[in-house]
Order: sequence, then C-alpha cells, then structure tokens
Amino acid sequence: MKVLLRNPRREVEVRGPVKVSTLLEQLGINRESVLVIVGDTLVTGDALLQDTHDAIEIRPVTSGGAR
Amino acid sequence: MKCRACRSPAVIDVRRHNAAFCRDCFLKHCRDQVARAIHDFRMLAPADRVLVPVSGGKDSLALWDILLDLGYDADGLYLGLGIGDYSEGSGDHARGYAEARGATLVEIDIPAEYGFDIPSGAIAAKRVPCSACGLSKRHLFNHAAIEGGYDVVATGHNLDDEAAVLFGNVMRWDLASLGRQLPVLPAAGGFARKVKPLVRLGERETAAFCVLRGIDYIVDECPMALGNKHLGYKDALNQIEAQSPGSKAAFYFTFLERVSALFSPVAERDREGLHACPGCGSPTIGELCAFCKLVDKVARRRPAPAPAGDVGPAR
Repeated sequence: MKVLLRNPRREVEVRGPVKVSTLLEQLGINRESVLVIVGDTLVTGDALLQDTHDAIEIRPVTSGGAR
Repeated sequence: MKCRACRSPAVIDVRRHNAAFCRDCFLKHCRDQVARAIHDFRMLAPADRVLVPVSGGKDSLALWDILLDLGYDADGLYLGLGIGDYSEGSGDHARGYAEARGATLVEIDIPAEYGFDIPSGAIAAKRVPCSACGLSKRHLFNHAAIEGGYDVVATGHNLDDEAAVLFGNVMRWDLASLGRQLPVLPAAGGFARKVKPLVRLGERETAAFCVLRGIDYIVDECPMALGNKHLGYKDALNQIEAQSPGSKAAFYFTFLERVSALFSPVAERDREGLHACPGCGSPTIGELCAFCKLVDKVARRRPAPAPAGDVGPAR
C-alpha cells in the first residue's frame, strides 16, 4: 500500500497488514505529532492497515509560526 | 478500540485522557473542553462580540467553528501576510470556511495597506520572520478589535502552543513573559481583552476535529516557520509526552495553578510607562510602537522615487 507523508510531501510503499502504531515506529514518527487518515476518517493506533486500503495519509499536526 | 462514551468503534485515541472516541463523541469532547475553558477562566460573556483571528490553519478554524456552535457572536479576521503561495492558500481556506458557514470574515492585507510583506519586513527590521510576523499580528489583531468595537479577541493558541511557549520562557527565565502567559489577558490601556479558549485541547485534537468535521484547513506549514525554536520545543515536549502522556497538560496547568501569580508583579512593572504611540495610537513603552518602527524601517529601505524628468539609467 502507498502511504502519503508530508513536510516534505512524499509517498512510501508499505507492506500490509500492519498496525498503525507499528508503522509509525518503523517510520520513526512520534504518534503524538501526527494523525493517521484512511479515506476520509481517522484510525486509532491499534487499527490494522491492509494492502487493500488506499488513500492512507500520515498527517503532521505540529504548527509553529507566529500567532 | 471502543469509544469511551458510547462503546462504538473509536476513530481517535487521546492518550492524555486515557480515552478513545468515535467521531460524534470526539466532536462533543472538543466542544466540551472549549466550553469548560471558557467557564473555568471566565473568558467570554454570552453577549460578547468576539473577533477570531484565522490563518486558514486547523487551530483558528476549529476555534471559530466551535465558538459559532456554542452560540457566540464571532467574526473572523484574516491577515494577508504576503508570504507568496502560502498566503494565497491560507486566505482561500479562511474565505472558504467563512462562505460555507455564512460567517463574517474581516480582511486586512498587510502589503496593500502597509506597503510591506513579512519576508521584506523581517529583513528591514533585522528580525527573524516569525518575530516580524508575530509583532505585526499582535498589533493588527488589537487594532482591528478596538476599531471594530469587539469586546474580545479569541486566538487559536492550543495546549501545545502554550506548553512550548512556557518551555521557552522557562529556558530563558523570562520573568515578564512568564507573568503574562495567561489564558486571559484583561483589556487595559488600549489593549483589547484577549482569550485562548483552546488551552484544554492539544493540536492533535484540533487537527482531528477539523478532519472529522470536514473543515478544509491548510495542512502545509508556513515556509517561514520551518526549523524555528518553537517547533524544536514542541518536538522535545512530544518526546516526553510519548513516554509519559499528560506531561504537557501537567506542565502548563500546574504552572497556572501554582506559579504564574508569582511573576505577575514583574509583568505589571514591564507595562509601567505605557503611552499612546504617536504614529498609530496603540499602547507602547517606546517612542514609537514596534509595528510603527517596522513600517518606518521598511520605508527607509525603499528606493526614493525618481525625481521628475529622470528617465533612469542610460542603457
């Protein structure tokens, strides 16, 4: 399955099935700093991502400009 | 995982609360947290006219949406910063939300009205871009609120923002800033009342709120902010939070409960001698306010207009 990452925007190929929390660990991403989006909804850390899933995105939530 | 409230399948886990939520219960959780912050810190009265500065990002749009849902009379304020494609995109998101919701969006375009953009203003003032941007925003938010007759400015600062600012203030032992770091700053001497109703929500929650609510926000980070200190502090705090969920909330709320009042006298002394800026009338302790100084520095760097009859250099 293809997973979209941002900052910089890129896609990585991942083999499923894999738990969301495991995938984030493998990619070295802190789960406190992202949302995982499948289609138009969110999934929790224990959700299983399958090769049949499409439109998977790991979206950073940290913003840091002036307010 | 199951939703803590209704036992349906969960879509998001919030480790700080040791809880997971389905979509509808999560949206309620976010609105409840904002309502609780407003109540606990006495931020807003029901009849207040509220001005919400919106950048097109997740926090400000989530805040505007929640305040409208809670029944507040809240208008948005968008500042055009002149940061190329980023500003165009962020403006589109702010306008798109306002139109879809039928809400009022006030707009101020800094390049059109003040003759500079944030990148050139930062160069002229010899400040980092986030500093020039921050001082411009603080000035113009306040000015727009006073001029527009709003009772209060509600900003989208969330728990992560406040914890990171606190971390930075503690790292430098900046006592005056520690004394001012409150969720409510009362109106005083030309300053509009300011409140931060998102302090009980982390930025992962505000982003999730937008995704689940279908609010189209600008996801990409401001190109000027990449690599700044504030992001570094957030990264450090997220490392701690991953090991010990709830640490950021404990850091910030324990500061408010037990420590912040100790620094209030320092913050008050820092405001002694405030007077109206001769350039714009805003309160300042300097000869000119920081924003008028910035505008002045930009004007000085601009090439003087060619005298009449001058056709430019020979070619």
